[in-house]
Amino acid sequence: MIISIASGKGGTGKTTVAASLASVIPESVYIDCDVEEPNGHLLLKPEFISEESAKKLLPQIDQEKCTFCGKCVEVCEFNALINLKFEIVLFDEMCHGCGACIYFCPSKVITERAKEIGVVRVGITSAKIFFADGVLNIGEVAATPLIKEVKKNIIEGKINILDSPPGTSCCMVETVKDSDFCILVTESTPFGLNDLKLAIDVLKTIGVSFGVVINKYDPSFTEMENYLNENSIEILLKIPFERRYAESYSEGILPLDKYPELKNAFRVLHKRILEKVEIVNAG
Amino acid sequence: MPDKSYKQIVILSGKGGTGKTTLSAAFAGLIKKKVVIDCDVDAANLHLVLKPEIINSYDFSGGKKAIIDPDKCVECGTCETVCRFDAINNFTIDQLSCEGCGFCFRVCSSDAIKFDPSKSGSYFECELPDGSKFFYAKLFSGDGNSGKLVSEIKRKALENISSDIEWVIVDGPPGIGCPVNASVAVADYVVIVTEPTVSGIHDLKRLIELLKTFKIRSGIVINKYDLNETIATQIFNYAENEKTPIIGSIPFDPEFMKALINGENVLEVNKNIQEEILTILRQLELQVEISVN
Repeated sequence: MIISIASGKGGTGKTTVAASLASVIPESVYIDCDVEEPNGHLLLKPEFISEESAKKLLPQIDQEKCTFCGKCVEVCEFNALINLKFEIVLFDEMCHGCGACIYFCPSKVITERAKEIGVVRVGITSAKIFFADGVLNIGEVAATPLIKEVKKNIIEGKINILDSPPGTSCCMVETVKDSDFCILVTESTPFGLNDLKLAIDVLKTIGVSFGVVINKYDPSFTEMENYLNENSIEILLKIPFERRYAESYSEGILPLDKYPELKNAFRVLHKRILEKVEIVNAG
Repeated sequence: MPDKSYKQIVILSGKGGTGKTTLSAAFAGLIKKKVVIDCDVDAANLHLVLKPEIINSYDFSGGKKAIIDPDKCVECGTCETVCRFDAINNFTIDQLSCEGCGFCFRVCSSDAIKFDPSKSGSYFECELPDGSKFFYAKLFSGDGNSGKLVSEIKRKALENISSDIEWVIVDGPPGIGCPVNASVAVADYVVIVTEPTVSGIHDLKRLIELLKTFKIRSGIVINKYDLNETIATQIFNYAENEKTPIIGSIPFDPEFMKALINGENVLEVNKNIQEEILTILRQLELQVEISVN
């Protein structure tokens, strides 16, 4: 089972919710897909058992044998290649590694080399949560290939919690696309609501069922609940805006480890999600 | 320096939700001769505070998408073999997985694949209540072209910029990937908004490492600095080692949250906050002056 945690807006509490949920589920799997800024390890503090380099393939042109015909440049949709007539220049960061240049090169002078884009780390926490995350190399722009690599650590038969990056673009979709259920974490502000609507659009487009957790909940922001009620979207949990929760998070301690009321709330959330997934799967 | 009259500052954070947009809105409220650009194109929020009026909308096409015409397809399967993004299954193309490389279109021998530009979003040229120009965008759900859209909206905003503009304020996206790189391009200075949490400092360090590759100067604002004084001190020490100035700190203030909930600019909350932001802005002006000269 795959439960993803996403939000649209950054800083609403995705990682806190994901790590808290993982910590109340026995033998759960937590996978941090926010490879640009992975933070789950700061809260779950796993002991890492392996670290593997993740790579992407880039074309390598034999400039000696190249006739500079320009076919590779012509078939590259990403403008990653430039023909200087005495050299073909590759812009690494533009290349998606599709392989078209290699296939269409009439003189067959293009091979491939692997370039590291980041690392995938695997570990286990003291509470026996299986942990995996990806750390994108600084300066590397292609996050989605690394997310694909990190997701290879999903374990069938277990409950996998996937922590998504913020936003609603390709990285978020790559994370949530084959989830059984997605928890959208929002906050009681117009920013939170605006980005929640964007995230809901994405999930509806790709057909993933979802519910909402309102973090930093403030009842005075009535627009949030009005919107959710009008659209029959289920509120799975409300976590009040409290300085002590923020302080606990700031130290890298999951607020539920300090405050039992939160532990109970997350146990209830776990049950609710299991019910939701059953209903979804039943059709 | 090129003959431009303005200075371009980009507000970034690494970690999301530290207060980039709130600070950008506050700067926008205090600076007169300005152009403001929201480069968080997949979750834009600045327009909610600045209350702009849209003057022009533009379509954005980030790339092409491939579609198989089932009437022409002879089901040879060549396209599926060459696609490295696992986007083709059973002679249909999953638009979410398709990266628009066109490899399938080029290898198809029965001319069954259409490969045309697709609309991936829109962007808006707006006027703010004080007459300044403001640009923001809306990327289509799940699109993979956020970096390109950032570049395009910045190009549009700067192409006919009036000569009396002194500041270009860019509200950046979270993270350190593609759209962040596009936001930082041709900027003069980066303001990093961080918070004293283990995640905040972790992400701050990654962002500073990224900015080194751009050789661009930056200054740090610590938001909610009194939430955890130990980590705030660690940020101060780290900043000193990195020779990156702390240009301001803002306390954890429920009044801030109230302003956010009401969709107000934090400047409107009270005089103290206005003074604090003004102090940060003066520091910023000083630092930008130093780094440009």
